[in-house]
Amino acid sequence: MPDDNLRAAVAAGVVGAEEAHRALLQSIVEVARAIFGAKASSVFLLDTDTDELVFEAVSGEGEDHLIGMRIPSGTGIAGWVVVTRQPLVVDDLHNDPRFARSVAERTGYVPNGLMAVPLLAEDRALGVLQVLDRASAGFSLEEMELLGLFANQAAIALELLQRARRAARAVADAGGDVVAAARLATTLEALPEERRDAASRLLVALADVLRADTQT
Amino acid sequence: MAEPEPEQAKEEGKAEERPPEEPKRKLPAWSLPSDAIDRITMPFRWPDRVTREWALGGSTGKGISVCVLDSGVEAGHPLVGDVQGAWALVAGEDGEPTVVDDEEGDVAGHGTACAGIIRAVAPECDLYSVRVLGAGYTGSGKILLAGLRWAVERGFDVINMSLSTTKRDFASVLHELADAAYFRKTVLVASAHNMPVESYPWKFSSVISVGSHDLPDGTLFFYNPDPPVEFFARGVSIEIAWLGGSTIRATGNSFATPHMSAICALVRAKHPELTPFQLKSVLYLIASNGGGSDA
Repeated sequence: MPDDNLRAAVAAGVVGAEEAHRALLQSIVEVARAIFGAKASSVFLLDTDTDELVFEAVSGEGEDHLIGMRIPSGTGIAGWVVVTRQPLVVDDLHNDPRFARSVAERTGYVPNGLMAVPLLAEDRALGVLQVLDRASAGFSLEEMELLGLFANQAAIALELLQRARRAARAVADAGGDVVAAARLATTLEALPEERRDAASRLLVALADVLRADTQT
Repeated sequence: MAEPEPEQAKEEGKAEERPPEEPKRKLPAWSLPSDAIDRITMPFRWPDRVTREWALGGSTGKGISVCVLDSGVEAGHPLVGDVQGAWALVAGEDGEPTVVDDEEGDVAGHGTACAGIIRAVAPECDLYSVRVLGAGYTGSGKILLAGLRWAVERGFDVINMSLSTTKRDFASVLHELADAAYFRKTVLVASAHNMPVESYPWKFSSVISVGSHDLPDGTLFFYNPDPPVEFFARGVSIEIAWLGGSTIRATGNSFATPHMSAICALVRAKHPELTPFQLKSVLYLIASNGGGSDA
């Protein structure tokens, strides 16, 4: 296992990182929903292993049952966005009964309009941010710009979540000593400051002893 | 001076097919001796004032081939009408992309939307579809490159790309293809975007890149004096063709781009001799923010 993965695994504390990054994503969809006065907002993660989009965070309609649901990455409006890398706004979706039916079957909620923007990090597409049924009837280019700004934030949160998951996997795969080290790091992190300092001194001393041992 | 008659353009075309004993036509144009300046005589002169009327007045895009490189096109959609040819890029047995006749039409709706816009602005152009989207995310970059290469080699007059890629590995190949198109007189029209990452091919100077304005006029466009986005075309609240013959309203640079593709088709139909450089110059001169004379 590469050293940087190990360091990331330990530094992230592994345990708890998933929850923290999920909370960040959740906060992003909640703020997006509030700003646009929308009925719902969601973040999809692109799973490149299965070529699917996965609901990672949902605010509003569907928040109780959509997390974890998967759709093929090449279809639907979220699919357009991820393959074309282009933000899109669509209205009057009710005009299309086929769309309404297929969405309703999947999610239980049929939006009349939605905005979707790709989440990009470096040269990778990570997923899609969607805002469903915003309050304003018309649409302005400023809203599109605002959605773009939000997408940056969501992309960063999504990347952190992916990194934490990679780190957790790396630790799990490595097993044995690494798991023990990660557990130690997590326990250390959770200690009150006073005890943490003492524990840190103890560990540094232990490292010195071990190092001295290997040098002889 | 008046615009060239189609016959004149044909004469020029014939000149290139003269027999080999005409050596001056055979020399590559790497240099220009002073006694050979007549070789590059322009087949026509532009008028003193390049006007919209001169550039595209009365044009319907007739005879110009416009290729929609996208998710396919639903032929027979009321906003699209006939599609003159459709192909799809699929992964072959060896995993490499191959071109097949497209029997499926549109798998996502995006290409049909673009085709409908092109048809609305340039009603008599020839529409072609090359499907590179819809099979999912994985491998889409490779398929896109192969589709673009095929479309450039086939020599369409205009290629509409309402898409981009962020894959750096593909940037240099895309750049080569964009330049190849430029020198083969194929106009590549590509959607710009304002995301914080590099994306292609819209940023290459050999393509026509398009952002959105919010005015409700599909033939109105603006030149941007602050590139890399070069032109703004209609991109907000457009009634677009949707699968199954229906329509919806949509916004995005994806839909500004086909407006610009269609405007290119209008100009090229009237002035088929224009190179992409000259076409861009004409677009600048007739843009609504006044590059030229009658804005």
